[in-house]
Amino acid sequence: MNCIVCIACVPDTASVIKIGPDGKGIDESGIKWIVAPYDEYALEEALKITEAKGGEVTVVTFGPDRAESALRDCLARGAHKAIHVRGGEASLGDSFTIASVLAAAIKGLAYDLILVGVKGVGTDNAQVGQMLAELLGIPHVAGVLTLELGDGGLTAGRDVEGGREKVACPLPALLTCQKGLNEPRYAALKGIMAAKKKPVDKVEVSSLGIQEGVNPFYAVRSVALPPAKSAGTLIKGEDDPAGAAAQLVKLLRDEAKVI
Amino acid sequence: MAGILVFVEQRKGQIRAASLQAVSEARRLGVGEVSAVLPGSGVTGAAAALGAYGASKVFVADDPNLGLYSAEGYAEVVVKACGLAQPSAVLFGGTAMGRDLAPRVAARLGVGAIADATAITVEGDALVVTRPVYSGKAVATVDTAGKRPQVVSLRPNVFAAEQVGGSAEVVALDGLALSIRAVVKELLDTGGGELDVAEADIIVSGGRGIKGPENFGLIRDLAHALGGAVGASRAVVDAGWIEHKHQVGQTGKVVSPTLYVACGISGAIQHLAGMSSSKVIVAINKDPDAPIFKVADYGIVGDLFQVIPPMVDAIKALKA
Repeated sequence: MNCIVCIACVPDTASVIKIGPDGKGIDESGIKWIVAPYDEYALEEALKITEAKGGEVTVVTFGPDRAESALRDCLARGAHKAIHVRGGEASLGDSFTIASVLAAAIKGLAYDLILVGVKGVGTDNAQVGQMLAELLGIPHVAGVLTLELGDGGLTAGRDVEGGREKVACPLPALLTCQKGLNEPRYAALKGIMAAKKKPVDKVEVSSLGIQEGVNPFYAVRSVALPPAKSAGTLIKGEDDPAGAAAQLVKLLRDEAKVI
Repeated sequence: MAGILVFVEQRKGQIRAASLQAVSEARRLGVGEVSAVLPGSGVTGAAAALGAYGASKVFVADDPNLGLYSAEGYAEVVVKACGLAQPSAVLFGGTAMGRDLAPRVAARLGVGAIADATAITVEGDALVVTRPVYSGKAVATVDTAGKRPQVVSLRPNVFAAEQVGGSAEVVALDGLALSIRAVVKELLDTGGGELDVAEADIIVSGGRGIKGPENFGLIRDLAHALGGAVGASRAVVDAGWIEHKHQVGQTGKVVSPTLYVACGISGAIQHLAGMSSSKVIVAINKDPDAPIFKVADYGIVGDLFQVIPPMVDAIKALKA
Protein backbone atom coordinates (compact mmCIF):
# COMPACT_ATOMS: atom_id res chain seq x y z
CA MET A 1 0.00 0.00 0.00
CA ASN A 2 1.63 3.22 -1.17
CA CYS A 3 1.20 6.30 0.96
CA ILE A 4 1.87 9.93 0.19
CA VAL A 5 2.38 12.26 3.12
CA CYS A 6 2.17 16.01 2.55
CA ILE A 7 3.96 18.10 5.13
CA ALA A 8 4.40 21.76 5.94
CA CYS A 9 7.54 23.29 7.40
CA VAL A 10 6.41 25.77 10.07
CA PRO A 11 7.87 27.82 12.94
CA ASP A 12 8.51 25.78 16.10
CA THR A 13 5.50 26.15 18.39
CA ALA A 14 7.79 27.57 21.07
CA SER A 15 8.67 30.51 18.75
CA VAL A 16 7.97 34.06 19.79
CA ILE A 17 6.30 35.65 16.76
CA LYS A 18 7.43 39.13 15.69
CA ILE A 19 6.10 41.10 12.76
CA GLY A 20 8.33 41.58 9.72
CA PRO A 21 9.29 44.99 8.29
CA ASP A 22 6.63 44.98 5.55
CA GLY A 23 3.83 44.42 8.08
CA LYS A 24 2.48 41.54 5.98
CA GLY A 25 4.33 38.62 7.47
CA ILE A 26 6.46 37.54 10.37
CA ASP A 27 10.08 38.32 11.13
CA GLU A 28 11.81 35.04 10.30
CA SER A 29 15.08 35.81 12.03
CA GLY A 30 15.77 33.40 14.84
CA ILE A 31 12.87 31.13 13.94
CA LYS A 32 13.50 27.40 14.13
CA TRP A 33 11.59 25.54 11.42
CA ILE A 34 10.02 22.15 12.08
CA VAL A 35 7.74 19.57 10.50
CA ALA A 36 4.24 20.79 11.47
CA PRO A 37 3.26 18.83 14.62
CA TYR A 38 0.09 17.33 13.12
CA ASP A 39 2.00 16.21 10.02
CA GLU A 40 4.02 13.96 12.33
CA TYR A 41 0.85 11.94 13.02
CA ALA A 42 0.29 11.64 9.25
CA LEU A 43 3.85 10.40 8.70
CA GLU A 44 3.72 7.97 11.61
CA GLU A 45 0.47 6.44 10.36
CA ALA A 46 1.91 6.05 6.85
CA LEU A 47 5.03 4.37 8.25
CA LYS A 48 2.94 1.97 10.35
CA ILE A 49 0.75 1.08 7.36
CA THR A 50 3.65 0.38 4.99
CA GLU A 51 5.50 -1.58 7.68
CA ALA A 52 2.44 -3.80 8.08
CA LYS A 53 1.31 -4.05 4.46
CA GLY A 54 4.34 -3.20 2.35
CA GLY A 55 4.60 -0.32 -0.08
CA GLU A 56 6.39 3.00 0.08
CA VAL A 57 5.98 6.32 1.82
CA THR A 58 6.63 9.39 -0.33
CA VAL A 59 6.78 12.71 1.48
CA VAL A 60 5.85 15.84 -0.46
CA THR A 61 6.27 19.46 0.51
CA PHE A 62 5.85 22.83 -1.17
CA GLY A 63 8.24 25.29 0.37
CA PRO A 64 11.47 27.24 0.10
CA ASP A 65 14.98 25.79 0.49
CA ARG A 66 14.67 25.42 4.28
CA ALA A 67 11.85 22.87 3.81
CA GLU A 68 14.46 20.32 2.72
CA SER A 69 15.54 19.80 6.32
CA ALA A 70 11.94 18.93 7.22
CA LEU A 71 11.90 16.38 4.38
CA ARG A 72 15.21 14.90 5.61
CA ASP A 73 13.68 14.60 9.08
CA CYS A 74 10.81 12.56 7.58
CA LEU A 75 13.24 10.40 5.59
CA ALA A 76 15.23 9.81 8.77
CA ARG A 77 12.10 8.55 10.50
CA GLY A 78 11.57 6.00 7.74
CA ALA A 79 9.95 7.59 4.69
CA HIS A 80 11.33 6.11 1.45
CA LYS A 81 11.59 9.15 -0.80
CA ALA A 82 10.66 12.80 -0.98
CA ILE A 83 9.50 15.39 -3.45
CA HIS A 84 10.40 19.01 -2.80
CA VAL A 85 8.37 21.49 -4.84
CA ARG A 86 10.41 24.62 -4.42
CA GLY A 87 8.69 27.94 -3.86
CA GLY A 88 5.70 28.74 -1.73
CA GLU A 89 6.76 31.98 -0.12
CA ALA A 90 4.37 33.96 -2.33
CA SER A 91 1.54 31.57 -1.47
CA LEU A 92 1.68 31.57 2.33
CA GLY A 93 -1.88 31.01 3.59
CA ASP A 94 -3.21 30.56 0.05
CA SER A 95 -4.69 27.10 0.62
CA PHE A 96 -6.09 26.78 -2.90
CA THR A 97 -2.81 27.56 -4.63
CA ILE A 98 -0.93 25.21 -2.26
CA ALA A 99 -3.47 22.44 -2.89
CA SER A 100 -3.23 23.03 -6.65
CA VAL A 101 0.56 22.74 -6.54
CA LEU A 102 0.42 19.55 -4.45
CA ALA A 103 -2.25 18.08 -6.73
CA ALA A 104 -0.07 18.74 -9.78
CA ALA A 105 2.94 17.16 -8.07
CA ILE A 106 0.98 14.07 -6.93
CA LYS A 107 -1.26 13.47 -9.95
CA GLY A 108 1.03 11.09 -11.81
CA LEU A 109 2.00 9.04 -8.75
CA ALA A 110 0.54 5.67 -7.77
CA TYR A 111 -1.00 5.87 -4.30
CA ASP A 112 -3.65 4.28 -2.11
CA LEU A 113 -3.68 6.83 0.69
CA ILE A 114 -2.70 10.46 1.07
CA LEU A 115 -2.11 11.56 4.65
CA VAL A 116 -1.71 15.13 5.90
CA GLY A 117 -1.89 16.81 9.30
CA VAL A 118 -5.25 18.19 10.39
CA LYS A 119 -3.67 21.65 10.23
CA GLY A 120 -0.37 23.45 10.07
CA VAL A 121 0.39 25.72 12.97
CA GLY A 122 1.22 28.68 10.74
CA THR A 123 -1.56 30.42 8.86
CA ASP A 124 -4.00 27.97 10.48
CA ASN A 125 -6.55 27.73 7.68
CA ALA A 126 -6.64 23.90 7.92
CA GLN A 127 -7.97 23.68 4.37
CA VAL A 128 -5.27 22.20 2.13
CA GLY A 129 -6.18 18.53 2.72
CA GLN A 130 -9.84 18.87 1.79
CA MET A 131 -9.00 21.00 -1.25
CA LEU A 132 -6.34 18.53 -2.39
CA ALA A 133 -8.84 15.64 -2.14
CA GLU A 134 -11.37 17.58 -4.19
CA LEU A 135 -8.79 18.53 -6.84
CA LEU A 136 -7.65 14.90 -7.11
CA GLY A 137 -11.25 13.68 -7.19
CA ILE A 138 -10.92 11.39 -4.16
CA PRO A 139 -12.91 11.22 -0.90
CA HIS A 140 -11.46 12.47 2.37
CA VAL A 141 -11.94 12.13 6.11
CA ALA A 142 -10.72 15.03 8.26
CA GLY A 143 -9.43 14.92 11.83
CA VAL A 144 -8.87 11.17 11.91
CA LEU A 145 -8.37 9.68 15.41
CA THR A 146 -8.84 5.99 14.70
CA LEU A 147 -8.11 4.07 11.52
CA GLU A 148 -8.76 0.51 10.36
CA LEU A 149 -7.79 -0.60 6.88
CA GLY A 150 -9.74 -3.31 5.12
CA ASP A 151 -9.87 -4.65 1.58
CA GLY A 152 -10.02 -1.64 -0.72
CA GLY A 153 -11.40 0.58 1.98
CA LEU A 154 -11.02 2.03 5.44
CA THR A 155 -13.01 2.90 8.54
CA ALA A 156 -12.01 6.06 10.36
CA GLY A 157 -13.19 7.80 13.51
CA ARG A 158 -13.27 11.58 13.85
CA ASP A 159 -14.44 13.83 16.66
CA VAL A 160 -17.12 16.42 16.19
CA GLU A 161 -18.53 18.63 18.96
CA GLY A 162 -19.76 16.20 21.61
CA GLY A 163 -19.61 13.18 19.32
CA ARG A 164 -17.57 10.74 17.30
CA GLU A 165 -18.32 10.00 13.65
CA LYS A 166 -17.49 6.57 12.21
CA VAL A 167 -16.75 6.96 8.51
CA ALA A 168 -16.41 4.20 5.89
CA CYS A 169 -14.52 5.16 2.78
CA PRO A 170 -13.11 3.41 -0.31
CA LEU A 171 -9.50 3.79 -1.44
CA PRO A 172 -7.81 5.82 -2.70
CA ALA A 173 -8.63 8.44 -0.10
CA LEU A 174 -7.11 11.37 1.75
CA LEU A 175 -6.98 11.56 5.55
CA THR A 176 -6.16 14.56 7.70
CA CYS A 177 -4.64 13.29 10.93
CA GLN A 178 -5.42 14.46 14.45
CA LYS A 179 -3.42 14.21 17.66
CA GLY A 180 -4.30 10.92 19.37
CA LEU A 181 -4.13 8.79 16.19
CA ASN A 182 -0.69 7.44 17.13
CA GLU A 183 2.54 8.27 18.93
CA PRO A 184 5.06 9.67 16.41
CA ARG A 185 8.54 8.15 16.49
CA TYR A 186 11.75 10.11 16.64
CA ALA A 187 14.54 9.75 14.13
CA ALA A 188 17.30 7.41 15.30
CA LEU A 189 20.94 8.06 14.43
CA LYS A 190 20.91 5.17 11.96
CA GLY A 191 17.89 6.69 10.24
CA ILE A 192 19.53 10.09 10.09
CA MET A 193 22.55 8.57 8.37
CA ALA A 194 20.37 6.56 5.98
CA ALA A 195 18.30 9.65 5.13
CA LYS A 196 21.33 11.33 3.59
CA LYS A 197 21.33 8.72 0.83
CA LYS A 198 17.59 8.74 0.16
CA PRO A 199 16.36 10.58 -2.93
CA VAL A 200 14.81 14.05 -2.74
CA ASP A 201 13.29 14.92 -6.10
CA LYS A 202 13.46 18.70 -6.56
CA VAL A 203 10.73 20.21 -8.69
CA GLU A 204 10.37 23.89 -9.61
CA VAL A 205 6.79 25.09 -9.11
CA SER A 206 6.82 26.71 -12.57
CA SER A 207 7.42 23.29 -14.15
CA LEU A 208 4.00 22.24 -12.78
CA GLY A 209 2.36 24.97 -14.87
CA ILE A 210 1.68 27.25 -11.90
CA GLN A 211 3.02 30.79 -11.76
CA GLU A 212 3.13 31.71 -8.11
CA GLY A 213 1.86 35.15 -7.17
CA VAL A 214 0.28 35.78 -10.60
CA ASN A 215 -3.23 34.60 -9.83
CA PRO A 216 -3.55 34.32 -6.04
CA PHE A 217 -6.67 33.21 -4.16
CA TYR A 218 -5.73 34.78 -0.82
CA ALA A 219 -4.25 38.21 -0.24
CA VAL A 220 -2.71 39.32 3.04
CA ARG A 221 -3.30 43.01 3.73
CA SER A 222 -1.57 43.16 7.08
CA VAL A 223 -0.28 41.06 9.96
CA ALA A 224 -0.09 42.51 13.45
CA LEU A 225 0.44 41.36 17.00
CA PRO A 226 -2.74 40.98 19.06
CA PRO A 227 -3.54 44.08 21.12
CA ALA A 228 -1.54 44.11 24.36
CA LYS A 229 -3.55 43.58 27.51
CA SER A 230 -3.42 46.04 30.36
CA ALA A 231 -2.45 44.74 33.77
CA GLY A 232 -5.20 42.80 35.49
CA THR A 233 -6.42 42.76 39.08
CA LEU A 234 -4.38 40.44 41.25
CA ILE A 235 -5.88 39.08 44.48
CA LYS A 236 -3.66 37.57 47.14
CA GLY A 237 -5.27 34.32 48.14
CA GLU A 238 -2.61 32.60 50.22
CA ASP A 239 -3.94 33.58 53.64
CA ASP A 240 -7.67 33.84 53.01
CA PRO A 241 -8.56 31.66 50.01
CA ALA A 242 -12.31 31.76 50.69
CA GLY A 243 -12.24 35.56 50.91
CA ALA A 244 -10.27 35.78 47.68
CA ALA A 245 -12.75 33.44 45.98
CA ALA A 246 -15.68 35.59 47.14
CA GLN A 247 -13.94 38.76 45.95
CA LEU A 248 -13.24 37.24 42.53
CA VAL A 249 -16.83 36.08 42.04
CA LYS A 250 -18.05 39.57 42.97
CA LEU A 251 -15.68 41.17 40.43
CA LEU A 252 -16.76 38.75 37.71
CA ARG A 253 -20.37 39.62 38.38
CA ASP A 254 -20.26 43.36 39.04
CA GLU A 255 -17.23 44.58 37.08
CA ALA A 256 -16.62 42.11 34.24
CA LYS A 257 -20.32 41.19 34.07
CA VAL A 258 -19.60 37.70 32.78
CA ILE A 259 -21.53 35.64 35.36
CA MET B 1 -23.38 38.39 -8.09
CA ALA B 2 -24.66 39.78 -4.87
CA GLY B 3 -25.82 38.64 -1.51
CA ILE B 4 -24.54 36.07 0.92
CA LEU B 5 -25.33 32.37 1.14
CA VAL B 6 -24.93 30.72 4.55
CA PHE B 7 -24.45 26.99 5.07
CA VAL B 8 -26.70 25.85 7.93
CA GLU B 9 -25.70 22.88 10.05
CA GLN B 10 -28.15 20.79 12.03
CA ARG B 11 -27.86 17.76 14.22
CA LYS B 12 -31.00 15.61 14.58
CA GLY B 13 -33.00 18.47 13.09
CA GLN B 14 -31.68 21.01 15.61
CA ILE B 15 -29.94 23.98 13.97
CA ARG B 16 -26.49 24.63 15.47
CA ALA B 17 -25.74 27.91 17.24
CA ALA B 18 -22.71 28.60 15.01
CA SER B 19 -25.01 28.60 11.96
CA LEU B 20 -27.42 31.08 13.53
CA GLN B 21 -24.42 33.29 14.32
CA ALA B 22 -23.34 33.09 10.67
CA VAL B 23 -26.81 33.96 9.34
CA SER B 24 -26.97 36.93 11.72
CA GLU B 25 -23.53 38.15 10.65
CA ALA B 26 -24.51 37.81 6.98
CA ARG B 27 -27.50 40.06 7.66
CA ARG B 28 -25.40 42.62 9.56
CA LEU B 29 -22.86 42.79 6.71
CA GLY B 30 -25.66 44.15 4.52
CA VAL B 31 -24.33 43.27 1.09
CA GLY B 32 -27.60 42.08 -0.40
CA GLU B 33 -30.02 39.22 0.09
CA VAL B 34 -29.17 36.63 2.75
CA SER B 35 -30.02 33.10 1.74
CA ALA B 36 -29.30 29.85 3.54
CA VAL B 37 -28.75 26.26 2.51
CA LEU B 38 -29.81 23.43 4.80
CA PRO B 39 -28.99 19.80 3.98
CA GLY B 40 -30.31 16.94 6.09
CA SER B 41 -33.03 14.34 6.42
CA GLY B 42 -36.44 15.45 7.68
CA VAL B 43 -35.22 19.02 8.12
CA THR B 44 -37.71 20.96 5.97
CA GLY B 45 -39.71 21.91 9.04
CA ALA B 46 -36.69 23.55 10.67
CA ALA B 47 -35.94 25.80 7.68
CA ALA B 48 -38.53 28.54 8.11
CA ALA B 49 -37.14 29.49 11.54
CA LEU B 50 -34.04 30.92 9.84
CA GLY B 51 -36.20 33.82 8.62
CA ALA B 52 -36.18 35.26 12.12
CA TYR B 53 -32.39 35.61 11.91
CA GLY B 54 -32.49 37.46 8.61
CA ALA B 55 -32.50 34.82 5.87
CA SER B 56 -35.02 35.63 3.16
CA LYS B 57 -34.67 32.33 1.35
CA VAL B 58 -33.69 28.85 2.55
CA PHE B 59 -32.65 26.15 0.09
CA VAL B 60 -33.44 22.80 1.67
CA ALA B 61 -31.99 19.49 0.52
CA ASP B 62 -34.12 16.97 2.41
CA ASP B 63 -32.81 13.52 1.56
CA PRO B 64 -32.35 10.30 3.58
CA ASN B 65 -28.75 10.14 2.30
CA LEU B 66 -28.01 13.51 3.92
CA GLY B 67 -29.13 12.58 7.42
CA LEU B 68 -25.56 12.28 8.63
CA TYR B 69 -22.78 14.53 7.39
CA SER B 70 -20.99 13.84 4.15
CA ALA B 71 -18.37 16.26 2.86
CA GLU B 72 -19.05 15.20 -0.72
CA GLY B 73 -22.85 15.12 -0.47
CA TYR B 74 -23.11 18.38 1.46
CA ALA B 75 -20.64 20.06 -0.93
CA GLU B 76 -22.86 19.11 -3.83
CA VAL B 77 -25.87 20.69 -2.09
CA VAL B 78 -24.03 23.93 -1.27
CA VAL B 79 -22.63 24.21 -4.81
CA LYS B 80 -26.12 23.70 -6.23
CA ALA B 81 -27.54 26.43 -3.96
CA CYS B 82 -24.66 28.65 -5.02
CA GLY B 83 -25.63 28.22 -8.65
CA LEU B 84 -29.16 29.36 -7.85
CA ALA B 85 -28.35 32.23 -5.46
CA GLN B 86 -25.19 33.48 -7.25
CA PRO B 87 -23.87 34.95 -3.99
CA SER B 88 -20.75 37.09 -3.67
CA ALA B 89 -19.87 35.20 -0.47
CA VAL B 90 -20.62 31.86 1.20
CA LEU B 91 -20.33 31.74 5.00
CA PHE B 92 -19.94 28.72 7.28
CA GLY B 93 -20.05 28.44 11.07
CA GLY B 94 -16.55 27.26 11.97
CA THR B 95 -17.55 23.99 13.64
CA ALA B 96 -15.89 20.64 12.91
CA MET B 97 -18.38 20.29 10.05
CA GLY B 98 -18.09 23.84 8.74
CA ARG B 99 -14.29 23.82 8.83
CA ASP B 100 -14.32 20.51 6.95
CA LEU B 101 -16.92 21.41 4.34
CA ALA B 102 -15.91 24.99 3.41
CA PRO B 103 -12.60 24.06 1.71
CA ARG B 104 -14.19 21.14 -0.19
CA VAL B 105 -16.91 23.52 -1.46
CA ALA B 106 -14.36 26.20 -2.34
CA ALA B 107 -12.21 23.78 -4.33
CA ARG B 108 -15.28 22.52 -6.19
CA LEU B 109 -16.12 26.14 -7.06
CA GLY B 110 -12.49 26.73 -8.05
CA VAL B 111 -11.92 29.48 -5.50
CA GLY B 112 -9.90 29.90 -2.31
CA ALA B 113 -11.25 30.06 1.22
CA ILE B 114 -10.58 31.84 4.47
CA ALA B 115 -11.01 30.02 7.78
CA ASP B 116 -11.67 31.16 11.33
CA ALA B 117 -12.81 34.75 10.85
CA THR B 118 -13.06 36.74 14.07
CA ALA B 119 -14.14 40.02 12.43
CA ILE B 120 -15.42 40.94 8.97
CA THR B 121 -15.70 44.35 7.30
CA VAL B 122 -17.15 45.23 3.91
CA GLU B 123 -15.44 47.11 1.09
CA GLY B 124 -17.82 47.49 -1.81
CA ASP B 125 -19.16 43.96 -1.98
CA ALA B 126 -15.87 42.43 -0.84
CA LEU B 127 -15.44 40.94 2.61
CA VAL B 128 -12.22 41.79 4.43
CA VAL B 129 -11.53 39.24 7.12
CA THR B 130 -9.57 39.48 10.36
CA ARG B 131 -8.33 36.13 11.62
CA PRO B 132 -5.78 34.80 14.09
CA VAL B 133 -2.63 33.20 12.65
CA TYR B 134 0.15 31.24 14.36
CA SER B 135 -2.62 30.02 16.69
CA GLY B 136 -3.33 33.51 17.94
CA LYS B 137 0.23 34.78 18.31
CA ALA B 138 -0.57 37.23 15.49
CA VAL B 139 -3.64 38.57 13.70
CA ALA B 140 -3.91 38.83 9.92
CA THR B 141 -6.28 40.89 7.78
CA VAL B 142 -6.92 39.12 4.48
CA ASP B 143 -9.21 38.91 1.47
CA THR B 144 -9.69 36.51 -1.44
CA ALA B 145 -7.76 38.57 -4.00
CA GLY B 146 -10.88 39.45 -5.98
CA LYS B 147 -12.13 35.87 -6.37
CA ARG B 148 -15.87 35.23 -6.08
CA PRO B 149 -17.66 33.83 -4.29
CA GLN B 150 -15.66 34.43 -1.13
CA VAL B 151 -15.80 31.33 1.04
CA VAL B 152 -15.34 32.16 4.73
CA SER B 153 -15.80 30.20 7.95
CA LEU B 154 -16.57 32.09 11.17
CA ARG B 155 -15.13 31.24 14.57
CA PRO B 156 -18.01 30.05 16.79
CA ASN B 157 -19.20 32.36 19.58
CA VAL B 158 -17.46 35.47 18.26
CA PHE B 159 -20.41 36.75 16.21
CA ALA B 160 -23.76 37.22 17.96
CA ALA B 161 -26.92 35.37 16.88
CA GLU B 162 -29.76 37.89 16.75
CA GLN B 163 -33.45 37.37 16.13
CA VAL B 164 -34.79 40.31 14.15
CA GLY B 165 -38.12 38.92 12.96
CA GLY B 166 -38.88 38.21 9.34
CA SER B 167 -39.74 35.14 7.38
CA ALA B 168 -38.01 33.01 4.82
CA GLU B 169 -39.18 31.44 1.61
CA VAL B 170 -38.36 27.71 1.68
CA VAL B 171 -37.11 26.31 -1.64
CA ALA B 172 -36.69 22.55 -2.03
CA LEU B 173 -33.54 21.53 -3.86
CA ASP B 174 -34.22 18.54 -6.00
CA GLY B 175 -32.56 16.74 -8.84
CA LEU B 176 -29.42 16.33 -6.75
CA ALA B 177 -26.93 13.87 -8.17
CA LEU B 178 -25.39 12.79 -4.87
CA SER B 179 -22.10 10.96 -5.16
CA ILE B 180 -21.04 9.95 -1.65
CA ARG B 181 -17.98 7.74 -1.19
CA ALA B 182 -16.91 8.60 2.38
CA VAL B 183 -20.04 7.62 4.33
CA VAL B 184 -20.64 8.51 7.98
CA LYS B 185 -22.06 5.24 9.31
CA GLU B 186 -22.88 6.50 12.76
CA LEU B 187 -22.57 9.47 15.06
CA LEU B 188 -21.88 8.37 18.63
CA ASP B 189 -22.61 10.72 21.49
CA THR B 190 -19.34 10.97 23.39
CA GLY B 191 -19.96 14.29 25.09
CA GLY B 192 -22.11 12.84 27.88
CA GLY B 193 -24.02 16.12 27.76
CA GLU B 194 -20.83 18.11 28.31
CA LEU B 195 -20.13 21.19 26.24
CA ASP B 196 -17.22 21.11 23.78
CA VAL B 197 -14.55 23.76 24.36
CA ALA B 198 -14.79 24.87 20.72
CA GLU B 199 -18.41 25.89 21.21
CA ALA B 200 -18.46 27.00 24.83
CA ASP B 201 -18.97 30.55 26.00
CA ILE B 202 -17.25 29.79 29.31
CA ILE B 203 -14.26 27.46 29.70
CA VAL B 204 -12.58 26.27 32.91
CA SER B 205 -9.22 24.65 32.22
CA GLY B 206 -6.95 22.58 34.41
CA GLY B 207 -3.18 22.23 34.17
CA ARG B 208 -0.39 20.46 35.94
CA GLY B 209 -1.24 22.35 39.14
CA ILE B 210 -4.21 20.07 39.71
CA LYS B 211 -1.66 17.35 40.54
CA GLY B 212 -3.50 14.30 39.19
CA PRO B 213 -6.32 13.12 36.91
CA GLU B 214 -8.52 12.39 39.92
CA ASN B 215 -8.67 16.13 40.65
CA PHE B 216 -10.35 17.05 37.36
CA GLY B 217 -13.57 16.69 39.37
CA LEU B 218 -12.74 20.05 40.94
CA ILE B 219 -12.38 21.66 37.48
CA ARG B 220 -15.66 20.02 36.39
CA ASP B 221 -17.45 21.36 39.49
CA LEU B 222 -16.39 24.91 38.65
CA ALA B 223 -17.23 24.46 34.96
CA HIS B 224 -20.69 23.12 35.82
CA ALA B 225 -21.36 25.89 38.33
CA LEU B 226 -20.53 28.43 35.62
CA GLY B 227 -22.35 26.51 32.87
CA GLY B 228 -19.14 26.10 30.91
CA ALA B 229 -16.90 23.48 29.34
CA VAL B 230 -13.83 21.71 30.71
CA GLY B 231 -10.52 22.58 29.07
CA ALA B 232 -6.97 21.41 29.68
CA SER B 233 -3.36 22.30 29.05
CA ARG B 234 -1.13 20.22 26.78
CA ALA B 235 0.90 18.94 29.74
CA VAL B 236 -2.06 17.15 31.31
CA VAL B 237 -3.33 15.82 27.98
CA ASP B 238 0.12 14.42 27.17
CA ALA B 239 0.21 12.89 30.67
CA GLY B 240 -3.04 11.09 29.83
CA TRP B 241 -5.09 12.80 32.54
CA ILE B 242 -7.81 13.87 30.08
CA GLU B 243 -8.61 13.41 26.37
CA HIS B 244 -7.10 15.61 23.65
CA LYS B 245 -10.50 17.02 22.69
CA HIS B 246 -10.26 19.14 25.86
CA GLN B 247 -6.84 20.60 24.97
CA VAL B 248 -6.65 24.37 24.51
CA GLY B 249 -3.59 25.79 22.77
CA GLN B 250 -1.51 25.68 19.64
CA THR B 251 -1.79 21.91 19.20
CA GLY B 252 -5.29 21.83 20.63
CA LYS B 253 -8.24 24.11 20.12
CA VAL B 254 -7.89 27.85 19.72
CA VAL B 255 -10.77 29.45 21.59
CA SER B 256 -12.31 32.87 22.26
CA PRO B 257 -14.91 32.40 25.00
CA THR B 258 -16.43 35.21 27.04
CA LEU B 259 -14.81 33.84 30.18
CA TYR B 260 -11.70 31.63 30.42
CA VAL B 261 -10.62 30.36 33.83
CA ALA B 262 -7.11 28.85 33.94
CA CYS B 263 -6.53 26.74 37.05
CA GLY B 264 -3.03 25.53 37.84
CA ILE B 265 -1.83 26.46 34.32
CA SER B 266 1.48 28.29 34.24
CA GLY B 267 0.90 29.63 30.73
CA ALA B 268 3.35 28.20 28.18
CA ILE B 269 3.48 30.27 24.99
CA GLN B 270 1.56 27.54 23.12
CA HIS B 271 -1.27 27.66 25.66
CA LEU B 272 -1.43 31.46 25.71
CA ALA B 273 -1.67 31.43 21.90
CA GLY B 274 -4.80 29.32 22.13
CA MET B 275 -6.77 31.36 24.65
CA SER B 276 -5.45 34.91 24.92
CA SER B 277 -8.22 36.28 22.67
CA SER B 278 -10.81 35.30 25.32
CA LYS B 279 -12.82 38.32 26.48
CA VAL B 280 -12.17 37.90 30.21
CA ILE B 281 -9.34 35.73 31.52
CA VAL B 282 -9.08 34.51 35.10
CA ALA B 283 -6.00 32.75 36.45
CA ILE B 284 -5.68 30.79 39.67
CA ASN B 285 -2.10 29.77 40.40
CA LYS B 286 0.26 29.37 43.33
CA ASP B 287 3.19 30.98 41.52
CA PRO B 288 2.87 34.78 41.36
CA ASP B 289 5.45 34.82 38.53
CA ALA B 290 3.51 32.40 36.29
CA PRO B 291 3.22 33.87 32.76
CA ILE B 292 -0.54 33.24 32.78
CA PHE B 293 -0.93 36.28 35.10
CA LYS B 294 0.45 38.52 32.31
CA VAL B 295 -2.65 37.89 30.20
CA ALA B 296 -5.15 37.55 33.06
CA ASP B 297 -7.75 40.23 33.74
CA TYR B 298 -8.26 38.76 37.21
CA GLY B 299 -5.96 36.52 39.11
CA ILE B 300 -5.78 34.81 42.45
CA VAL B 301 -2.35 33.89 43.76
CA GLY B 302 -3.14 30.89 45.89
CA ASP B 303 -3.79 27.20 46.23
CA LEU B 304 -6.47 26.18 43.75
CA PHE B 305 -7.57 23.34 46.07
CA GLN B 306 -8.52 25.97 48.66
CA VAL B 307 -9.79 28.62 46.24
CA ILE B 308 -12.04 26.64 43.88
CA PRO B 309 -14.47 25.02 46.41
CA PRO B 310 -15.54 28.36 47.99
CA MET B 311 -15.71 29.82 44.46
CA VAL B 312 -18.12 27.07 43.40
CA ASP B 313 -20.24 27.74 46.49
CA ALA B 314 -20.29 31.49 45.85
CA ILE B 315 -21.32 31.01 42.20
CA LYS B 316 -24.04 28.53 43.16
CA ALA B 317 -25.34 30.96 45.78
CA LEU B 318 -25.39 33.71 43.15
CA LYS B 319 -27.34 31.60 40.69
CA ALA B 320 -29.76 30.13 43.24
